[in-house]
Amino acid sequence: MRLTQGTFSFLPDLTDEQITAQIEYCLKQGWAVSIEYTDDPHPRNTYWEMFGIPMFDLRDAAGILKEINACRATFPRHYIKVNAFDATRGVESLRLSFIVQRPENEPGFGLVREEGPGRQVRYTVRSYATERPEGERY
Amino acid sequence: MKQTGTRAPLSTEERYKAGVLKYADMGYWDGDYEPKDTDILALFRITPQENVDPIEAAAAVAGESSTATWTVVWTDRLTACERYRAKAYRVEPVPGSPGQYFAYIAYDLDLFEPGSIANLTASIIGNVFGFKPLKALRLEDMRFPVAYVKTFQGPPTGIVVERERLDKFGRPLLGATVKPKLGLSGRNYGRVVYEALRGGLDFTKDDENINSQPFMHWRDRFLYCMEAVNRAQAATGEIKGHYLNVTAATMEEMYERAEFAKELGSVIVMIDLVIGYTAIQSMSKWARKNDMLLHLHRAGHGTYTRQKTHGISFRVIAKWMRLAGVDHLHAGTVVGKLEGDPNTVQGYYNVLREPHNAVDLPRGIFFEQDWGGLRNVMPVASGGIHAGQMHQLLTYLGEDCVLQFGGGTIGHPDGIAAGATANRVALEAMVLARNEGRDIWNEGPDILAKAARTCPPLQAALDTWRDVTFDYASTDTPDFVPTPTEAA
Repeated sequence: MRLTQGTFSFLPDLTDEQITAQIEYCLKQGWAVSIEYTDDPHPRNTYWEMFGIPMFDLRDAAGILKEINACRATFPRHYIKVNAFDATRGVESLRLSFIVQRPENEPGFGLVREEGPGRQVRYTVRSYATERPEGERY
Repeated sequence: MKQTGTRAPLSTEERYKAGVLKYADMGYWDGDYEPKDTDILALFRITPQENVDPIEAAAAVAGESSTATWTVVWTDRLTACERYRAKAYRVEPVPGSPGQYFAYIAYDLDLFEPGSIANLTASIIGNVFGFKPLKALRLEDMRFPVAYVKTFQGPPTGIVVERERLDKFGRPLLGATVKPKLGLSGRNYGRVVYEALRGGLDFTKDDENINSQPFMHWRDRFLYCMEAVNRAQAATGEIKGHYLNVTAATMEEMYERAEFAKELGSVIVMIDLVIGYTAIQSMSKWARKNDMLLHLHRAGHGTYTRQKTHGISFRVIAKWMRLAGVDHLHAGTVVGKLEGDPNTVQGYYNVLREPHNAVDLPRGIFFEQDWGGLRNVMPVASGGIHAGQMHQLLTYLGEDCVLQFGGGTIGHPDGIAAGATANRVALEAMVLARNEGRDIWNEGPDILAKAARTCPPLQAALDTWRDVTFDYASTDTPDFVPTPTEAA
């Protein structure tokens, strides 16, 4: 399967040139870029690990790409995403979030059903990879 | 505009003598009135009968929507009646529309119960629309003081929190209404939901008239749809939703259906505008209490919003619904099959989304409006749109909206999932290109063609619907641009 979280997951994986163009767009809007990684891509896993704090003061796309590459080198088989944070009143949230690295093999998720009364089912989405310990998943 | 035959204010004795007076003489016209920051303001388009003075007509609207009756009553004198009288304070001809006038009316804040759309509308649109001296009357816009805005809860969730809950940023959300809208069994209905969500949509939707009919009872629909939603979440690793329509005959039944949707783990429920303002506010409180998105379908609005001379502009309905508190509201597509001049529709979108609206006459915004921190509403574009229009949709509507491709997903030649994928790829390719600084308005077709090279379903969608457009003149157009803008 292909994890389709993030703004551009239905497109072919972005090249570094395309990633740079998106970062330049974010910087032009005045947003702060940050990098996060995980090996637990469950759709409700809100808190991926932060690769440093948001780069509020780094306004140079090449510098940010360098950070992305440092994250890739440290976690070559993790999911990595780039977020852009907008601190404007009334937003104060992410404005863009897209995946820039994914593991070669994505085993995906199973759906666990617990049958209840009245034909009701309790559903649990379970990542096949997270059955192994952190760091050994992909 | 000066009142014809302006005369000095009446003495108290003349004013309260039993009998009938002109509304303007009863105190419902004051050309010198400076609206207070705390007044509620309304702009009406009035079309007086022949020989009715426009200022008298405006004063009559002010009177009949506040304290007046057709004759003088002495009991006015038991009240602070001068304060409670609404005041028409400005009347001007509508540009290019002979016989029509814009009438500005100010209402004191104390005339209204806090936090009640029912009370507000009982005054503002309660009696006046059938008033004989007017041929036609339309409520064009309203301004609410922050003090009044703050008495409303507003949207239970709002765009920012909706995006955070769904973990979806930087692009419009994608939806589709299940078709055919009537007749599918629960099991077959859920199939459409599963295919569309698995293929790449974020949401699917019940239609406005899917409630609990002989071919599919509501519990059956809810159970099958949630199986489909959960299967699609597991297949994609993304949060998905289906707007479960809880519209029913009574509040008790709506609460029962909404509670069941919550028990099943749905992130969203849906209601129709026809349930009424009070029911909408009740469901809004329920949704806030239960962390549920609330989708509102504007079923029925066309009966009173479409014609320019009589009824209520949809921008007023949009303001009322932001106050009443819904998270999604259908607000037009510009390019699709339903009524919508581009500027006018952008006006609705701005009313729903912005923290503050400046006066913007070309978009039909007559008043400055400060929303006082009230959350915003995600506009929904639905009806006759397809992947080939993606550059136009993104340009006209921006990224904080839901684009709903019903026929444009389910009617795809290679199946529902392929239709969904085509829409999602078209959308992501267009957002990517816009962010890269490309001129998507002009390069849109090229961008889509290039994206289709690696996505056969998009190529098939473009081939199928390439030439489908809905080019009809809009009836509800701005008064302050020389000609109606073209829908591309």
